Amino acid sequence: MTFELIHRDSCLVVCISGDIDHHSAAQIRTATDPEIERVMPSMLIFDLGEVSFMDSSGIGLILGRQRLMESLGGAVAVKNPPPAVRKIITLSGLSRLILNGDKTERTGK
Amino acid sequence: MEYENYFKMTVPALSRNESFARAAVAAFVSQLDPTVEELSDIKAAVSEAVTNCVVHAYADSETIGIIEITARLSDNNVYIKIRDRGCGIENIEQAMQPLYSSRPEEERAGLGFAVMESCCDKVKVSSHPGKGTSVVLQTAFKKKAIV
Repeated sequence: MTFELIHRDSCLVVCISGDIDHHSAAQIRTATDPEIERVMPSMLIFDLGEVSFMDSSGIGLILGRQRLMESLGGAVAVKNPPPAVRKIITLSGLSRLILNGDKTERTGK
Repeated sequence: MEYENYFKMTVPALSRNESFARAAVAAFVSQLDPTVEELSDIKAAVSEAVTNCVVHAYADSETIGIIEITARLSDNNVYIKIRDRGCGIENIEQAMQPLYSSRPEEERAGLGFAVMESCCDKVKVSSHPGKGTSVVLQTAFKKKAIV
C-alpha cells in the first residue's frame, strides 16, 4: 500500500493505492491526522481509485477521520471506489459519502 | 465428479500476516476459476476473520499467538476455517451484531462479522472463553470445479 497527501484548494486529498486493511490503515491514520490538524482543511477526500482491496478496517479509518474532521468543522468524502470497495462502503451505510459521478477526476499522478 | 483438495497453514498473529492470509486463500481457491467478485468476497471475509484474531484473540497475552487457517474444496464448495487459541468470545451473539466492537477506541468499525456474512453463504462461529475461537466460512461457487 502506498498513499499520497495532496493539498487542493481547501481540501486535503488522501490518494491511496493498494490494499487497505488493519495493518495498512494504521499507517494512513498516523500520517493523515497530524496533517489534518496542521492545515485544518474544509474537506478530507479519500481517493480510492487505485485501491485493490478494502475490508472493514477501511471503514474504521474513514469513520475515525470523519469524527476528527467534524470536530474541526469540516467533512469527509470518498471518491472513485472500485466495485468491491463500494460494496463494503454500502454495507457499512456510508454510501452518502461517495462523491457523485462515475469517474471523478483522479487527483495527483 | 468428486473434487477434493485442502491446505493448512499456521502464522503468528501479526497484522502484517493479514494480507498474506487472504492472498494465500485466494490463490488456493483460484483453482475453482472463481469470478472477480467471488474472489474479492473470499478475500474480504478471510481478512475480517484473521484481523479479529490479530486484534482481539491475543490482546491480553504476553506472547504472540498463532492463527491456523485451513481451506478445503469439495466440488464447488469452499470451507475456510480460521482458528485461534486466544481469549475466546464471551457473548458470540453480541460480537456478531453489526456496529458492536469491544475495541471502538482502536477504530474498529464493528463490521467484521457483518462483512463475513455478506461475503459468504454461511458463517459459523464457535468459541470457548480462555481457549480460543474458530470461524468457518462456507461459500458455494457458481462454476463447477475444473479438474
